[in-house]
Amino acid sequence: MPGLGTTLGRGGATTFPQDLVNSDCILIMGSNMAEAHPVAFANVVKAKERGAKVIHIDPHYSRTSALANLYISIRAGSDIVFLGAIIRHLLTNNAYFHEYVVNYTNAPMLIRQDFKDTEDLDGIFSGYDAVTETYADQSSWDYQRDQHGRPLQDPTLQDPQCILQIMGRHFARYTPEMVESVCGVAREQWQQVMQILLENMGRERTTALCYAVGWTQQSKGVQIIRAAAIIQLLLGNIGRPGGGIMALRGHASIQGSTDVPTLYDLLAGYMPQPAAPLVAQPSFQSPSGKDIDSRSLSTEKVYLPNPNESGENTLEEYIATAGAKTGWWSNFSAYIISLLTAWYGEAMHDGDNDRGYRWLPKITGDHSHLVTSYAMLDGHIKGYFLFGQNPAAGSTNARMQRKALAQLDWMVVRDLYEVESAAFWYQGPDAVDPSQIKTEVFLLPAAASTEKEGCFTNTQRLIQWRDKAVDPPGDARSDLWFVYHLGKRLKTLYADSQDAKDRPLQALTWDYECAEPEPGTRILDEPDALLVLKEINGYYVRPPDAEGMIQSVCTLRDAPHVPGFTALQDDGSTACGSWIYSGVYPAAGNNRAASRIADGSTNLQWGFAWPANRRILYNRASADPQGRPWSERKKYIWWDETQKQWTGYDIPDFPLYKAPDYEPAPAATGMDAIAGSDPFIMKTDGRGWLFAPKGLKDGPLPAHYEAAESPVYNALYQQQSNPVAKYFRNRKDNPLAPVGDEHYPIVITTYRLTEHHVSGPMTRWLPWLNALQPALFAELSPELAAERHIQHGGWLVISTPRGEIEARALVTRRMRPLQVRGRTIHQIGLPFHWGFQGKSKGDITNDLGHMVLEPNVSIEEAKAFTCNVRPGRLHEGR
Amino acid sequence: MEKHKILPASVQTAVAQAMQIGASTDAFSRESIQKAPRIRDAKLVHSVCPYCAVGCGLNVYVKDGQVLDIEGNPNSPINHGTLCPKGSATFQYTVNPSRLTKTLYRAPYSDHWQEVSLDWAMEQIAQRVKKTRDETFVTQLPDGREVNHTLAMASLGGATLDVEENYLMKKLLTGGLGIISIENQARI
Repeated sequence: MPGLGTTLGRGGATTFPQDLVNSDCILIMGSNMAEAHPVAFANVVKAKERGAKVIHIDPHYSRTSALANLYISIRAGSDIVFLGAIIRHLLTNNAYFHEYVVNYTNAPMLIRQDFKDTEDLDGIFSGYDAVTETYADQSSWDYQRDQHGRPLQDPTLQDPQCILQIMGRHFARYTPEMVESVCGVAREQWQQVMQILLENMGRERTTALCYAVGWTQQSKGVQIIRAAAIIQLLLGNIGRPGGGIMALRGHASIQGSTDVPTLYDLLAGYMPQPAAPLVAQPSFQSPSGKDIDSRSLSTEKVYLPNPNESGENTLEEYIATAGAKTGWWSNFSAYIISLLTAWYGEAMHDGDNDRGYRWLPKITGDHSHLVTSYAMLDGHIKGYFLFGQNPAAGSTNARMQRKALAQLDWMVVRDLYEVESAAFWYQGPDAVDPSQIKTEVFLLPAAASTEKEGCFTNTQRLIQWRDKAVDPPGDARSDLWFVYHLGKRLKTLYADSQDAKDRPLQALTWDYECAEPEPGTRILDEPDALLVLKEINGYYVRPPDAEGMIQSVCTLRDAPHVPGFTALQDDGSTACGSWIYSGVYPAAGNNRAASRIADGSTNLQWGFAWPANRRILYNRASADPQGRPWSERKKYIWWDETQKQWTGYDIPDFPLYKAPDYEPAPAATGMDAIAGSDPFIMKTDGRGWLFAPKGLKDGPLPAHYEAAESPVYNALYQQQSNPVAKYFRNRKDNPLAPVGDEHYPIVITTYRLTEHHVSGPMTRWLPWLNALQPALFAELSPELAAERHIQHGGWLVISTPRGEIEARALVTRRMRPLQVRGRTIHQIGLPFHWGFQGKSKGDITNDLGHMVLEPNVSIEEAKAFTCNVRPGRLHEGR
Repeated sequence: MEKHKILPASVQTAVAQAMQIGASTDAFSRESIQKAPRIRDAKLVHSVCPYCAVGCGLNVYVKDGQVLDIEGNPNSPINHGTLCPKGSATFQYTVNPSRLTKTLYRAPYSDHWQEVSLDWAMEQIAQRVKKTRDETFVTQLPDGREVNHTLAMASLGGATLDVEENYLMKKLLTGGLGIISIENQARI
C-alpha cells in the first residue's frame, strides 16, 4: 500500500472501523462498504444516527448509497478529478487547517528549482524517459537541502518553490467545471460534498475517509489514494479520532500477508527485497520501449546495472539504500539483521556470507503475479504453487491465465474444493484437450480456518489468534503443515550437498515440532504455530544477564521473548521474523493476539494491533504542536506536563518522553532528528507528505489520466493515460480498445456481492450462499437496455477485445447514464464471483479484463475499462 | 477454553419468577425441563471469520470432535455477535460434503485424477522442487552481480492464510530456496 506508506509512513489503514462512530462526516469512495464489509459498515450507520453526514461516491448505486445522506454517481476512472477539485478549493480559498498543515505536513518544504510539473510538460513530470516509459531520473522531485541534508522550508508558505505553492499551480485546472465535464457530476453536487467537508474539519470536528479496491484496481490507483491522503492532511484529519483513512481490505489476512509478506518485492515489516535491477539497453528495446520485465526472463538480453539505482550488492549498501539516516527507519539495520538471524541462525556468522545477506535472492525486475503469468505463458515458469488462490477464474484476463497454467511442468494446488485452477486441464469455457496438456497437478486438500490455530491480521492491522476447533478431514492439512514438511523433506534431499547455492537452505532454522501433540488429535506431526509466532515476535539469541553480560546462545525454543521492537539489535543478539509485529507475544504465556478483553473504548486488550498495539496511527497529530488536544471534543493523545510524557486513550505513536517543544540540533540523526511536533515518525522529516519527493514511480503529485481503456480523451492533459503504467502493448494476449472505440463504447466496472467471495472458492460450494445469489448478472440502466433491446431478466452478452461472456440482465436505475464532455456515457456493473466449477456455475467476468498494471504495485485495472453489450446468449442452445 | 455458559443466574431467576406467576413448576413436563440447547455442553472455541478483512469474532461450538455450530462472538468489539451472510455460512464452508479429503494427482497428458497417498505426493513435490531449482538456479548475472535466485518457480496465495503460514512460506521459498515470485491476493 504505497499510497498510504509514501504519504504517511506506513502501508496500513490509519484508523479502525469502530472509531468511525466518532466521525462527524464519513466519505466513502471506491468502496461499497455496506455490501462488501457489512459488519464494519454498522459503525457508519451508528455514526449517522449520532448525526454524522455520510457521503457515497461510486459509479454504482448500492446499499451503501441507500444509507448515505448524499450519493453521487461518478464515471469510473475519474476519481482524481473529483478529489483534485477538493484540493484546489482548499488551497485557493485558504480553507485548509492552517496550523496542522504548516506544522505536520511538508507544505513549507522547498522543492528543487529544476522540478517541472505536469503544468509545464502537459501531463508529465520532470525526469521522464520516453524510451523506457519510466521516471528514470527523479532527482528533481527532491527537496532543496542545507549542508546537513535537512530540507529548506518557508513557514510562511509564500516561496514559489514551496510545496503548497507548487500544489496550488498543479491543481489549478481541477475546477468544479472540470468535475462536471470529466466525472459527469453536476458542479452543485460536487459543491455539496465540498461544503460538508468544510463543515466537518478543524479543531472540533473530523471527517473519515473509507476506500477499497474501487481505487486500488485502477492504472493510477496509488495516486488516487495519495489524493485522498492529501485531502485528509489538508483538512487536518489524520491521526485524530473520527478521522483518518480506513483502507477496507478484502481478505481475512490480506493485511497480514502484506506485513509478513508473501510478496516478491518485500521482506517482513516493509523492508524491500534486495534487488540487482536489470535494464535493457535502449537499442535492444522493442518499439513500445516497454516490457523489460518479460524480456528479462528471456535468454537474449543485455544486463546492465541501472545507473540510477544505488547498489545493493552488500548488506551495508542495502541498509544505506533501504534504511534512512533520520526518522524511525534509522533503526533499519536492527530489523534486517534480526530477520537474517531468525532465518539463518548462527550460520549467518559463517565465512564470507555477509551475515546471510548474500543468501537472500535478489530481484532483477517486476516478478509480480501478473507479470509472472506472462513468463508462465512463455514457458519460463516450470513449477507453481497455489495456496488458496484461483487465478484461472480470479485473476484478470483469466483466459490467458488458464493458458499459462497449461505451460507449466508441475503445479501444486492447495484448497478446500476442486477450484477452477485445479481443473483447468479438463474443464473450462473453451474446449480443452487433456491429451495436449503436460502440466502435472498435485491437488492437496487444505484445512479450514477452524481446523488449525494461527493469526489473521484484519483491515485495521489487528492481529487476532484463532484456536483450533477440530481436526481437518482426511488428508486435509494446514498450510503450515505443508510448508513445514516440504521444508523438512527438502532439507533432507539437500543434506549432503557441498554446493554453495544450497547453503541457505541448509542453514535455514527449521524446527517447529510440537513439543507434544495436541490431546486427541489424529495429526501427530502438526508444527507448533505458537513457536512460529514467537519467531515472528522476536527472541533473544544472546540474552544479556542482570549485569548486561552475554551468557550463551539460545534457540527459538528456549530463548526469552523480546518485549517489542525497541529491544531489537543489529549485532546478531536478537532474532525477529517481522519487526512490526514485535510485542504481539512478548513473553511465554502472553499471546496478546489471543487476548479477548473488550472495554467499550479503544479495546486495547482485544487482540494486538501493529505497531506496538497502536490503534490510530500518527496519533501525535491529535494534539496541537504544543501537545494539547485540539479540542475537548476530539481529545485522544496529549502531552502530560506533570508526568513529562505522552498519554491518552491509545498507545502514543510517538517517543513517549519526547517533549512537544523538542527541537533537533542541525546535524541530528536518527530519531533525534525528529522534532517534538513532527507526528509522522516513519518519514525522514517527520511530516505527512503532500508532495512525495521520492518513493513513487508515477510522480510526486496525483494527476488525472484516463483509464487505459476509456471512451474519452483526457480533458486535462495531452497525456492520455498513466505514462508509466505497464501496458504490455506487444502482447497479443492483451489487446486494448483504442480511446473512444465505437465498438466498445460502454464503461464497465466490477464489484463484489455480499454473498460471495472473490472468484468463489469459499462460497460457490455452499448451498446457503448459492440460494441467496444464484447466478452471474450484469447491472445496466433502463436507457441502455432500451437502446440495445435487452430485457430485464433476459440474457446479454458482454464483449471486450479479450473475450465475451454471458450474464443475466438486471435492468436497474442503480446504473445511470452520465453526461461527459457533451456525450452520454453508459456504464454497466458486473460481479466477478463465478466460474465453471462448484455448485453454482457461471461465466468468468475476469475473462473480460485486460492486463495493464499500475506502475507502483502492478495491480490490474478491473474497475474501469470498456466493453459492448448485446441481447442474447453467447452460445445458442445453451 | 471455557465451557459454554448457560444463561446468567439473574436472568434465570427472572424467567423462573415470571413463569411461575399463578402457576407451579409442575406445569412443565419432564421433557421441557430436560430439554437443553444442543450447545450446552459443547466446547466453545474462539475463532475469526475467514472471509473479508473486518475480522469478526466467531464462537465455534464443538462436541464429540464435531463442529455443531458457528456464531458471531457477542463479546467482540468488532461485530458484537453479528455476522454477514458469508460469515454466517462459515459452518457450511467447513462442514461440507463437497470438500476434498483425498490427495489427487493428475499425470502429464492424463485425462483423469488418481488418488495418491499424501506422503507420496509430498515426496514427489519435494523432488520436483529440487529438480527445477537445480536446473534453473542463477548465482550471478553476466555482469558479475550476485543474485542467488531461481525465476522458474512461483507461488501465489496467502491472503486467506495465517500469518504464521505466510511467514514460513516466504522463509522457505525465498530465504531457503531462492524462489523470487512469491505473491498473493494483495497484488489483486
